Amino acid sequence: MVLSTAMKPSKYLFSCRRIHHHHHFPSVMTINANLSSSQSQILSIRESLLSRQVSATQIVESYLTRFSLTEPHLHSFLHFCDDSILKQQAQDLDDKIQKGEENLGPLAGVLVGVKDNICTADMPSTAGSRILQNYRPPFDASVVRRIRELGGIVCTVNPWDLSRVPGGSSGGSAAAVSARQCTVSLGSDTGGSVRQPASFCGVVGFKPTYGRVSRYGLMAYASSLDVIGCFSTSVVDSAILLHAISGHDPLDATSSKRGVPDFTSHISSINIMHSKPLKGLRVGLISETMKDGVDYGVKSAITAAASHLQDLGCIISEVSLPSFSLGLPAYYILASSESSSNLARYDGVRYGNQALSTELNALYEDSRAKGFGSEVKMRILMGAYALSAGYYDAYYKRAQQVRTLIRRSFSAALDNNDILISPAAPSAAYKIGEKKNDPLAMYAGDIMTVNVNLAGLPALVVPCGFVEGGPTVLPVGLQMIGAAFEEDKLLKVGHIFEQTLQGCSFVPPLVATALS
Amino acid sequence: MASSLFRNFQTYPLLLSPSALFRRNNGVLFCTLNSTTQTATQEKQPSVQTKVSPQSKVKTVDKLLKDYEAIIGIETHVQLSTLTKAFCGCPYNYGAQPNTTICPICMGLPGTLPVLNSKVIEFAVKLGLALNCKLSLSSKFDRKQYFYPDLPKGYQISQFDIPIATGGYVDLDLPVEFGGGHRKFGITRVHMEEDAGKLLHSGNGSYSQVDLNRAGVPLLEIVSEPDMRSGIEAAEYAAELQRVVRFLGVSNGNMQEGSLRCDVNVSIRPLGQVEFGTKVEIKNLNSFAAINRAIDFEISRQVHLHSQGQGDSIIQETRLWEEGAQRTVTMRKKEGLADYRYFPEPDLPGVLLTEEYVDSIRTSLPELPEMKRRRYEDMGLSMQDVLFLANDKNVAEFFDATVAKGADMKLAANWIMGDIAAYINNEKVSINDIKLKPEELAELIASIKGGTISGKIGKEILFELIAKGGTVKGVIKEKDLVQITDPAEIEKMVDKVVSENPKQLEQYRAGKTKLQGFFAGQVMKASKGKANPVLLNKILQEKLNAKN
Repeated sequence: MVLSTAMKPSKYLFSCRRIHHHHHFPSVMTINANLSSSQSQILSIRESLLSRQVSATQIVESYLTRFSLTEPHLHSFLHFCDDSILKQQAQDLDDKIQKGEENLGPLAGVLVGVKDNICTADMPSTAGSRILQNYRPPFDASVVRRIRELGGIVCTVNPWDLSRVPGGSSGGSAAAVSARQCTVSLGSDTGGSVRQPASFCGVVGFKPTYGRVSRYGLMAYASSLDVIGCFSTSVVDSAILLHAISGHDPLDATSSKRGVPDFTSHISSINIMHSKPLKGLRVGLISETMKDGVDYGVKSAITAAASHLQDLGCIISEVSLPSFSLGLPAYYILASSESSSNLARYDGVRYGNQALSTELNALYEDSRAKGFGSEVKMRILMGAYALSAGYYDAYYKRAQQVRTLIRRSFSAALDNNDILISPAAPSAAYKIGEKKNDPLAMYAGDIMTVNVNLAGLPALVVPCGFVEGGPTVLPVGLQMIGAAFEEDKLLKVGHIFEQTLQGCSFVPPLVATALS
Repeated sequence: MASSLFRNFQTYPLLLSPSALFRRNNGVLFCTLNSTTQTATQEKQPSVQTKVSPQSKVKTVDKLLKDYEAIIGIETHVQLSTLTKAFCGCPYNYGAQPNTTICPICMGLPGTLPVLNSKVIEFAVKLGLALNCKLSLSSKFDRKQYFYPDLPKGYQISQFDIPIATGGYVDLDLPVEFGGGHRKFGITRVHMEEDAGKLLHSGNGSYSQVDLNRAGVPLLEIVSEPDMRSGIEAAEYAAELQRVVRFLGVSNGNMQEGSLRCDVNVSIRPLGQVEFGTKVEIKNLNSFAAINRAIDFEISRQVHLHSQGQGDSIIQETRLWEEGAQRTVTMRKKEGLADYRYFPEPDLPGVLLTEEYVDSIRTSLPELPEMKRRRYEDMGLSMQDVLFLANDKNVAEFFDATVAKGADMKLAANWIMGDIAAYINNEKVSINDIKLKPEELAELIASIKGGTISGKIGKEILFELIAKGGTVKGVIKEKDLVQITDPAEIEKMVDKVVSENPKQLEQYRAGKTKLQGFFAGQVMKASKGKANPVLLNKILQEKLNAKN
């Protein structure tokens, strides 16, 4: 069977046959907290290293082997680092362990896939776009620097492709984690591009509060909406990775100075054996997200997830966000406006591909005409139009007013509820090209997620079930939305939900085959 | 509108060849745009010139000018002397090698973000207050979008609809030699923005290079009300802005280095007409004299056209001042109102000021030129003296320090404006470069007043101190320059000179009394200049007339 080769890994074959997540690592003892390494690949790696049952070199080799088996079908990595760079990092780590150095960083030996619109100094970062072909940034993004400092091994994954829809643009990061090509990965989420692919690929996706994670080194698409988020196969791993990259960065004036709680300790303090571990938690199901236009199978999966939460002790109620439907047009105006501006620097003058031209305006026009894909060109045109004199008030300004309304309505809903839930997407993964000629239908796929970006709130997507997808079943993700900077609450709920969800495996069969 | 000369050649025909060159070494980057045309378009524009000779034209126009009024407004860009650029940690050193003070942020590399240098706000608030503006406690940055190779992000971070300061004014006194008079000119707004880089055009015009050293350097743009009516008023307005920024220490205000750049808008209308005429923008004004002359030229040009019934040929355009030819020529026609698609800069939080912050800056403001001028005027100095002393920060500080040491104010002014100014002008140095300390000037003035030394000796000591430093007392002692005030000693010298010059004495006594000067000179010479001149002349006169 051939898997889709593109960013939206549709047609994954999933089964409910439970396989062992970590069979490639020797079983290890739990560490002092309540968290078991069976709940976390990161903790499992750590324990293997500390107990010296497995070396970092062996870990990296197992990833490389799996990569070579799965990548021909996935193409999720644009520039996988040179094997030798990864092996060298692993060797350095092994030497450290050999010398008995116990101060291993929390991400020691963890392979972190980084979407290639996040700058890495030792690998090309091209945003998957022709206009930046072979571009190699002279610096690491702040998040990459932090991951390296904490012992993580960084590799670049597929792209925010300027010629494609950013709606699901972190698909490569999601697919790479789903296929266990890397332990965890980073993506970027402007309108749902972490959460939607997480839902499609059956992995955990986390979009933090705007300002929680530094954007320095993230190639800007829509600056007021862009957030760097995490992909992982468990909520715990997202919590560990998020904790590693969160916090104020003096290089990003929009990053928050709020203190960062230890997201993992919030999780580890939960006794999931308790019959009602979420007793009293008020959960609001956003009624606008369960109406017409949402696949029946998706609605069923979300309803089932809601009743699962209820079983865990949550108080479920429906909550209405009257401005919800306004989010999509407001999002597309604001995102296009900002991106038309942010993409202006790709002019071929200083970096990237420069068209050969005899005249300055033609140099600009040709470089950009050849460098950008048609979808991006359309958005630049829309954005430039919305910001033009005479149209600004009707479009950009009005969209900002809508944004304020949306922010207020979320705020009111979160006053009465601890978290809100909704589907992560109105359907399961669709085929490549399926909506190519119907941009409005494609944009409508973002309806579940864009409002959260407009409000700047944190949201977690956890796999919650499946829908029928022709000869196969496709995963469905549950979106949990929290109040600003209350990531800890979402991670706690998400962890319990995930650990108590029975009888589902979200490991793609191809991967399961490759692993065995 | 942030502007540099080059950047406004929006239609500059850069012809690019396949060999367009890129080099990137250690973050240093050159971009070379090869072009095959020689110069900007203005060369092809026939300039509107009258056939009459310049001399006779001026005379004609002078007469005509009485029937017209010129309306002049100025946009000034002041480059702030912060240690680092507006949004990154790079320094800016005028004249540095191209692309040596740049980083990923001011190069606009993908993924970089601006972080505001708080000094920019402090300097903006200082200038806003100094220009008597109302400050916006809540302002913001906006993006001004256009494409040009010296603008690395494709937009300039600026302030659009909510500038940090609005509605102020400047007071100034026109130079006495230009007729004098007090003026008050309105300030529309002051806003913060970043500078762009520079294009360096090759000698033969075949290619252009981008230097991003200046990209991201903080600027304050000051927009005046259209309150000026002549070249000298406009030049003095600009000069006053230069003084203000220098007194505040927010910029070196150097026009040659481009730290202070003025674009002026000029229109004329017949006296009594309410509507404004068509305005013309003039660029490339690199000195106050250029501002003055360019405007007066432009007024004459417009008045001449208007009076000939050719008012329609005054069109909205940008003209360039040609220093060599002393005229303005068409640079480019305005192609409608440019749409910069401004929108709020999402990478920067809003600029919020507290009243306390503004107050703390207000109380820390130095004495500004206008306050100094009024104070000197109140001290009784003439306007000429006031302008001389108050209009240069360093001179004013020297003067104030001298007076603070107890020196007679008028005498201190005279010394500074006389011998010290002459020395500074001759040697082309600043008053800060001379070794004379204000307290020594005060001492010198006191020594002359008290009779310890003569004025003549005082002058010698002054030049000694200017060149070598030291103290008045030290020089007097070292060179034994104490004035001779003992009448007996002077009498002895007088007697000697008189007896040695019998011939002259005879002539004197025969009525040629002018010879007293000769005798006085001889005695002074004999005393090595130390004799008290009053005593000397008194005794000399007595002696000369004694035997009559």
